[in-house]
Amino acid sequence: MAGVPHIDMLRSPLARARGLGSAKAGSTHWRMQRTTGLALLPLSFWFIFSAIHLAGASRQAVVDWLSAPLPMVLMLALIVATFHHLQMGLQVVIEDYVHQEAAKIVSLLLARGLSWLLALVCIVSVLKIGL
Amino acid sequence: MAPTELERPVKDVREALMVARNTNGQLVRRPLSPHVQIYRWPISMALSILHRVTGVALGVGTLLLTWWLVAAASSDAAFATAQAFIGSALGLLLLFGWSFALFFHLYSGVRHLVWDAGIGFESPAYNITGWAVVIATGVSTILVWLIGLAVW
Repeated sequence: MAGVPHIDMLRSPLARARGLGSAKAGSTHWRMQRTTGLALLPLSFWFIFSAIHLAGASRQAVVDWLSAPLPMVLMLALIVATFHHLQMGLQVVIEDYVHQEAAKIVSLLLARGLSWLLALVCIVSVLKIGL
Repeated sequence: MAPTELERPVKDVREALMVARNTNGQLVRRPLSPHVQIYRWPISMALSILHRVTGVALGVGTLLLTWWLVAAASSDAAFATAQAFIGSALGLLLLFGWSFALFFHLYSGVRHLVWDAGIGFESPAYNITGWAVVIATGVSTILVWLIGLAVW
C-alpha cells in the first residue's frame, strides 16, 4: 500500500474547528444583512422618488429640501443602512473570491475602512447642509 | 522508474480525494463533474451572480452619491460641477446603470428575503419569481426614466 495517497484523519472534528472563531455571534452578520436590506426597501423607493423630484434642481432647492427634518432623517437612515449593508455584502464577496490570505485581509480592511469613511463623509455633508 | 505525476506525495489533502485506482490497479485522477462553462445557464444561476455584480456596482455608485452630497454641502460652484457631470452623457449613462442595478438588486433582494422565510424553493416557483424580478426591473427602470426625463 506504500505510495497510495491517503489523508491524515487523526485530527478530531473539535481540533479542526478550533481557532476558526466563536459561534456565539455566528448569525449576527446574516441577520444584519437582512435587517438593513429590509430597511433599504422603503428608503430606496423614497430616494428614487426624491431624486426624480430634484432632477436639475438648484443647489438652494437641494439645501431647502434636505433642511426639513423628515428628508434629513430619512437621508441619514439611507446612508447608515446603505453603507452597513454594502460593507457586509463586500465582505462576503471578498471572502468567497479572494483566497490568498494577505490579499483577503487587506481587501477586507479596505472595504470596511472605505465604507466607514464614505458613510461619515455623507453624514457630515447632510448635517452641514441641514443644520 | 521515476514516479509519475500521480505517484508523487500529495501536497494538499484535498488532492488525495481526487486520486484513485481504476480496476486495473493504475492510479488515475477522478473525473470532475462538468465545470460551470459546460452548463446551459438556468435563470437562477444568471440572477444569482447578477445579484452580487449589481451589489458591488451599487457600492461603486455610492461614490457618485457621496460626491453629490459633498458638492451640495460645499459651494455653488462645486454643486454646479457635480450637476453638470450627472447631466452629461456619461453621467446619465452611469445613472441609468445605477437605477437598473438598484431596481434589480432590490427586487432580487425581496426574492432572497422570501427564500429566507422558507418559501419559493420549488421548481416552478423559483423560475416564476426569477422572471418576475427581471420583468419588474425592466418595467421600473423604464418607468422611472420616462417620468424622470418628463420632469427634467
